[in-house]
Amino acid sequence: MSLLEVSDLRKHFPIRTGVLKRTTGWVYAVDGVSFDVEKGETMGLVGESGGGKSTVGRALLRLTPATGGNVTFEGINVMKASRGEMQKLRSDMQIVFQDPYASLNPRMRVRDIVGEGLVIHDVGTDAERKKRVAELMDIVGLSPEQAERYPHEFSGGQRQRIGIARALALNPKLIILDEPVSALDVSIRAQVLNLLEDLQDEFDLTYVFVSHDLSVVKHISDRVAVMYLGKLVEISDSAVLYDFPQHPYTEALLSAVPIPDPQTERSRKRIMLEGDVPSPADPPKGCVFHPRCPRAQEICTTAMPRHVPTPGADAGERHEVACYFPARFKDGQRFVADEPFRDALPEDQA
Amino acid sequence: MADHLLDVKDLSTYFFTHAGVVKAVNGVSFTLERNETIGIVGESGSGKTVAAMSLLGLIPDPPGKVVGGTLMLDQRDLRTLSDEEMRAVRGNDIAMIFQDPMTSLNPVMKVGKQVAEAIVLHQKKSNSEARRMAIAALARVGIPDAPRRAEQYPFEFSGGMRQRVMIAMAVSSNPDVLIADEPTTALDVTIQAQIIDVIREMQFEFNSGVILITHDLGVIAEIADKVMVMYGGRTVEYAPIDEIFYNAHHPYTWGLLSSLPRLDASKKVRLTPIEGQPPNLLFLPEGCPFVGRCPHELPQCRGEWPAEETVAPAHGVHCWIPVDQRLALRAELPHFKEPAA
Repeated sequence: MSLLEVSDLRKHFPIRTGVLKRTTGWVYAVDGVSFDVEKGETMGLVGESGGGKSTVGRALLRLTPATGGNVTFEGINVMKASRGEMQKLRSDMQIVFQDPYASLNPRMRVRDIVGEGLVIHDVGTDAERKKRVAELMDIVGLSPEQAERYPHEFSGGQRQRIGIARALALNPKLIILDEPVSALDVSIRAQVLNLLEDLQDEFDLTYVFVSHDLSVVKHISDRVAVMYLGKLVEISDSAVLYDFPQHPYTEALLSAVPIPDPQTERSRKRIMLEGDVPSPADPPKGCVFHPRCPRAQEICTTAMPRHVPTPGADAGERHEVACYFPARFKDGQRFVADEPFRDALPEDQA
Repeated sequence: MADHLLDVKDLSTYFFTHAGVVKAVNGVSFTLERNETIGIVGESGSGKTVAAMSLLGLIPDPPGKVVGGTLMLDQRDLRTLSDEEMRAVRGNDIAMIFQDPMTSLNPVMKVGKQVAEAIVLHQKKSNSEARRMAIAALARVGIPDAPRRAEQYPFEFSGGMRQRVMIAMAVSSNPDVLIADEPTTALDVTIQAQIIDVIREMQFEFNSGVILITHDLGVIAEIADKVMVMYGGRTVEYAPIDEIFYNAHHPYTWGLLSSLPRLDASKKVRLTPIEGQPPNLLFLPEGCPFVGRCPHELPQCRGEWPAEETVAPAHGVHCWIPVDQRLALRAELPHFKEPAA
């Protein structure tokens, strides 16, 4: 059993218009996402804006109620958990948000922000809680005296450390990190990434790391899930994803990231995607990626390919892709088959 | 003296605030040629945007003021020009693309009209002529169906399309110098690639010099010809592109390079961050602003700002550490990479 099991997760937001706020459509923010996260590993969720990656992060914690699907944490169904079960789950599953300015209450002292979870969950006496807050400050690289200050007295990187201290307070097993370093400068970003790695080792944490930055995701994740328009298009070990991308969107995404090495940059060929990401309120029929896909054929316009384990052992053991024409690798050679990949066909056509 | 398209010498821009003097840009020099791209790299507060705004004469005064230096654009010192003349420079000779295309466009004005307005203002064209030129400019930056899109409002455009509109506006007057301030930071990576392409095409078409301000060394590696690394209002290192990446001499440049997670790394390497926090610009030391965070600090670093030392052709560095010692320190960096032969 994996620590976290997500199956067919869906989150559709209603579009309400007019005086009566009638629902006139739906935004398919997350539409049938399935993945497992093993204890102690870091699962990266990556994709462009509107892909649904942050919504997945929130739906996992029930911070936003899912429209459908299941999330199981240590065998407990998060979607159907009772109040009591949910209280327990909330201490095991924590989240760190992107914006270190908006996610800390400006009128609370840092000690109250970090210790709030302890109070809510009724952990220890006042003195014990105070000691725990001091300990947490130390763990994230701040001094315990700084706990008396207010958030505005801290820089962006320090605030993100406070957010991390808050998430650690109740000894969680899983932390959702929603773009935790996107607002930080390069040198500070490296400090926070190293801190997250150290904490994971020390406290045996499991991370779901949501980010648009492929370099950061590749660096910190054991496995990477690529999202596009509410769907998962590919999951793979992060070590092989860069060398063996199978989905055309993953290929384009990887090739679009500039590498900080001028000689590499000069020799690289870029796959230019045409146009913008379509609106999740009106996703394309068939495979959601087909209007921008350089490999799209007729079959791609009919139905979304199933998300299945991929052909070719070169690509790693836990590689999954949702594509009729995935790139395959055999003896170091890359090729794309002419025939659609049978396993990905909808059940009635397979 | 060779003639440069743009020759900035010893530019200093200070802000006089109640709390004290903020030396946002402190003695910065660089040159730019036609068809050349200079990347200005640095973290928040390093002074890179203020340097660009100084060129455009857009420093709010008070509290800001360009207090020193010469800014020669094609033999004219921009600092000596009147407000009127400066306005003409901004429209015709230097154009700027900002980071956030949503807040830089007027939300209640049709897109085509906004581009046309810039043309009417700076090129003294008739309204109908400007309108025709605006549509052509929109088409040139890759906006499909430009005549129809020109009739729409900014909110009907995606982020990437809005940035294309900004570029269309900026290049409508065929500028000599194009300043792009974090032009792709707010955009998704596949859209970023498109926008960088458009900037390149426009540069090629108009023979412009481009000043690219960014914190992203990947983007720099992709399009810059030379790089100026700024820290605390100072230029710490200034060099051709390959020199910065393969022969960096300043500890701050090393710190930036080894802070980066690499997509092309074959195995996981622990990052080496720069310790500490960025400096408070109100209390910058007399000497090198990197003191306190620099792992190789010497006693003289706090005393005086080191003079520029040329370590290779067109490669200057400001650092007190003797050059042989610097090379020895660099050889021990885990991330340091010699160029492939």
